[in-house]
Amino acid sequence: MPETFILIPGRTSRQGTTLNEGKYTDDYKDETNTLIASGDDMRRLGIADGDLVRMWNEVGSVVLPCKSASAGEMPSGLLFISYGPTSCHLMKAETHGSGMPDSKGMDVFLERVATG
Amino acid sequence: MSVAEQTQESTLPSLTIVKDAACTFCGCVCDDMELTVENNRITKAKNACVLGKAWFLNHHIDDRPDATIKGQPVSYEEAIEYAADILLNARNPVTYGLSDTTCEAQRVAVAITDWVGGTVDTTTSVCHGPSGMAFQGVGEVTATLGEIKNRADCVIYWGGNPAESHPRHFTRYSLTPKGQFLPNGRKDRYAVLIDVRKTKSAKAMDEFIQIKPRCDFELIWAMRALAKGVEVGPEIEQKTGVPLAQLQALVDRMKTAKFGVILFGMGLTMTRGKHMNTEAVLSLARDLNKFTRWTAKPMRGHGNVTGADNVVSWSTGYPFGVNLSRGYPRFNPGEYTTSDLLLRGEADAAMIIASDPMSNFCQQARDHFVRIPTIVLDPKLSESAKVATVAFTTATYGINVAGTAYRMDDVPIYLRPAFQSKYRSDYEILKAIETRIRERQLAAS
Amino acid sequence: MSLLQIQGGTVYDPTNGIDGVVQDIWIQDGKVIAPSLDLKADRVIDARGYVVMPGGVDMHCHIAGPKVNVARKMRPEEKRTSPMIRRTALTRSGTTGSVPSTFATGYLYAGLGYTTAFDAAVPPLTARHTHEELEDTPIIDKGFYVMMGNNHYIMKQLRDGEPERLKAYVGWLLNATKGYATKLVNPGGVEAWKSGDWNANQLDDSVNSFGVTPRQIINSVAQAVDELGIPHSVHVHCNNLGMPGNWSTTLETMASLEGHRGHLTHIQFHSYGGNPNDQSTIRSEVPKLADYVNSHKNLTVDVGQVMFNSTTSMTGDGPLGYYLHKVTGRKWFSGDTEMEAGCGIVPIVYKNKSMVHTLQWAIGLEWYLLINDPWRIAMSTDHPNGGSFMAYPEIIALLMDRSRREAILDQAPAGVRERCVLGDITREYTLNEIAIITRAAPARLLGLKQKGHLGPGADGDVTIYSINDDKQRMFELPRWVIHRGEIVVDGGEVRSNKAGTLLHVAPDFDDAVVPDIQSWFEDHYSIQFRNYPVDENYLHLHEVVPTRI
Repeated sequence: MPETFILIPGRTSRQGTTLNEGKYTDDYKDETNTLIASGDDMRRLGIADGDLVRMWNEVGSVVLPCKSASAGEMPSGLLFISYGPTSCHLMKAETHGSGMPDSKGMDVFLERVATG
Repeated sequence: MSVAEQTQESTLPSLTIVKDAACTFCGCVCDDMELTVENNRITKAKNACVLGKAWFLNHHIDDRPDATIKGQPVSYEEAIEYAADILLNARNPVTYGLSDTTCEAQRVAVAITDWVGGTVDTTTSVCHGPSGMAFQGVGEVTATLGEIKNRADCVIYWGGNPAESHPRHFTRYSLTPKGQFLPNGRKDRYAVLIDVRKTKSAKAMDEFIQIKPRCDFELIWAMRALAKGVEVGPEIEQKTGVPLAQLQALVDRMKTAKFGVILFGMGLTMTRGKHMNTEAVLSLARDLNKFTRWTAKPMRGHGNVTGADNVVSWSTGYPFGVNLSRGYPRFNPGEYTTSDLLLRGEADAAMIIASDPMSNFCQQARDHFVRIPTIVLDPKLSESAKVATVAFTTATYGINVAGTAYRMDDVPIYLRPAFQSKYRSDYEILKAIETRIRERQLAAS
Repeated sequence: MSLLQIQGGTVYDPTNGIDGVVQDIWIQDGKVIAPSLDLKADRVIDARGYVVMPGGVDMHCHIAGPKVNVARKMRPEEKRTSPMIRRTALTRSGTTGSVPSTFATGYLYAGLGYTTAFDAAVPPLTARHTHEELEDTPIIDKGFYVMMGNNHYIMKQLRDGEPERLKAYVGWLLNATKGYATKLVNPGGVEAWKSGDWNANQLDDSVNSFGVTPRQIINSVAQAVDELGIPHSVHVHCNNLGMPGNWSTTLETMASLEGHRGHLTHIQFHSYGGNPNDQSTIRSEVPKLADYVNSHKNLTVDVGQVMFNSTTSMTGDGPLGYYLHKVTGRKWFSGDTEMEAGCGIVPIVYKNKSMVHTLQWAIGLEWYLLINDPWRIAMSTDHPNGGSFMAYPEIIALLMDRSRREAILDQAPAGVRERCVLGDITREYTLNEIAIITRAAPARLLGLKQKGHLGPGADGDVTIYSINDDKQRMFELPRWVIHRGEIVVDGGEVRSNKAGTLLHVAPDFDDAVVPDIQSWFEDHYSIQFRNYPVDENYLHLHEVVPTRI
């Protein structure tokens, strides 16, 4: 049974700078298509830095590399991804009458797919 | 219509220095840029942060067609006529984006939408739209960024990571600068970050409070209770991850500050609770005025998203998600907001100004977007421009185009362009579309 | 070349001494010209049997800029139940309620026969925003007043004893903002609120960190305005707005203007007797204050009439906003602008069942009726504070018909009659006097020589009313409205989407002071000095109204 996590997409400095370089640059794609997890969670799930993981929910599924957060940055159970096309792929359509889809705090499943 | 001031300070052959230029990448709209321009490239951007440097130094004028119809290069005039056709033939067109363009262009975009009876919405609806809704519920006690710089001795950042999203906010406005009544700068301020993640911003703080995800509302409500002297049980720690004693100490500190501010990010608006979270945080700041001066402010994102709110509000009375199909403005988030209009398949045409819904919207919305006729104005190629029926290549606001942008605190800033683009501005293209639409409407009536 | 002849109307043009005389008005290329038998009009309006007046001039309202726009955003609930402004083939759509959208504002004023209006409170830092909104406010001519009563540079010059520098700064700031006049809002009190000292309740309270008093601010800015020859005097919103017992502060403010021109705005809100800590003790002190104004020719007022309605209080008076929030418990906006100003916005309902509200209504009417010289009083509701500008026709009817006032007083809550003298006043306004307080006087108080009258050289702004015994109805629905020679309203329909003209001043000042202003500015503001002034190129159609020297 895959574990459930809470995914928080957000802005990063590199996301901002690479966005200016262009959405079709390797750096932008790399930045917005890399998952960050806590070291503890990665060890428990046998994920090494750079391994490919599958992350999915009822909306969609993505396969992407996973990297360890810096020490103390992320509590267990939380995942972070730089805001971009990949994070939006898992975003639910429902806005609960606000116009704003649930763009942070998404429930997702995570499993290791392959060595990076 | 406003016209550019002289922009060139000193001119050598092919070298220009532009002082007091504004960076429109984020909501800080820092207007102290000193740009060195050589052969239509910005080679230095003095005072710019890492994001600003990326914004200016990577800026180049792409070699793309002025405009395309269904992917085929055409003249501006053909594309303008075709765009007018699309808007005049649609029953429920939506105009969306607008946060990365000048107020002058925003005003024309609203005018076009009014004339054709469509819906006008901005990226606010997927940014701080919920803060706008909270504002309608409880109001807001706030101040300009200079006021925060000069007075705020207690600063709480909540659900945001300004070190990465608004890099100069700390040094220019809220954390380290010397202020009129804070002569020692950073030493005169107490700073707290409340977030689910210990981000780079945490390093700059006096205190970091790590909150469990999706518990912001509960924590804010507990703080409101403590501020009012209502007892809060120790179970708050289990719920939110924050010990009661730490919370009590924070509230006590807030009550005894001379002037406080809560700067909140999309960690509150994009997560469960949305406008309820922001309504709670606005209420907390308001409540504290019983004891001392407190303010709150959303950390708005894109360069001129605040201008978009202002323009749509003064034109229609409502800040975003405004439907004009009955001949007068109606407002209903969730109904007239773009994501909803697209995913329900209600919009039958779309005009996108400086935004990229094909990258950022949910799958159903994107599926509908490719089914309907679309007009996209963007300086760069984007997923949305790729699929647009009519795509215009535009000059970049702030760098190539003069005009106005509003900082996150509603302060209007004049934009001094660094150099001219061979492409037309959003304003020029939209004005031409409006002119054609009006000519055809008046001829028909 | 366009020539319009308004034929055979009954003209009320008090500036030119014309009180209900049948005569023609000719307008050529937007300006009134002397009647001539040699000319042939392109268009003739048959105004026989109609009343002809200059276009209305509103000298104190809140229609553009940051606080107005915040109020629009904050009040979606009232727009749903208010009349909509529908898009037409010629005109834009809009929303109404107490704070109409910009396009709606222009059309509504025009529809009411008003052709000029001034926003009364703009923080200089947001002048650019105000200009953008005014450009989107169609038809009417317009401008705004620049808030200076809590400006740090002004307080600093007072503290340092530098009146010449203060004067030069006032001149510089009017030029930088492209504003029309100077405004003081709760002088010193807003700075006290911003710094956590809540308010300045006495004219001689010293404002924290500057050590200057409201009295010094009022007196020095009034002097600067006179010496710079600004067409409109200093425009003063006194300290202690709305507080029982505030009439003595108002009287002291009047005294502090001795030797200078001074305009006291929404004077109704500043004319209360009683104990500040007990709302139930409130009473009218209009007779004493009106006596003072009657005997001091340097002073003028506008009323700020309260009407029974649901509206939005919006003010540059930050501590007042907080007070109203505490009293009403309603949602509240407060916005402090660095170095310059504050702002408070709260929804408010004035009820005819409330003794206090009914007394406020009566106090406003007392002002109109106890000022002997109508040339020194202007109609206002302080839109939208006391009510909408759309209430002007109802106020006109109340002034022209004592029985309408009596009908309301008869239904008034217990205590109202005893706390005011309105019931004893028999005076009824004439049409000529109405023409004075709604157009001729405000134009004169503003120093607008081309507005508020129909003599040769005046702007061709004319309102033509059908005669009706029901004066409210008569003034609600003008038959024609003409702005600068163009028929903008015909039979109740807006027929124009023209931009209107921005009116501003450009006084001469000693520019040797600019380096000092720049140095102070760069120490404290969060924008660049060079990005602060609004360049002339930025303005839409505009006219500089000359200073007196």
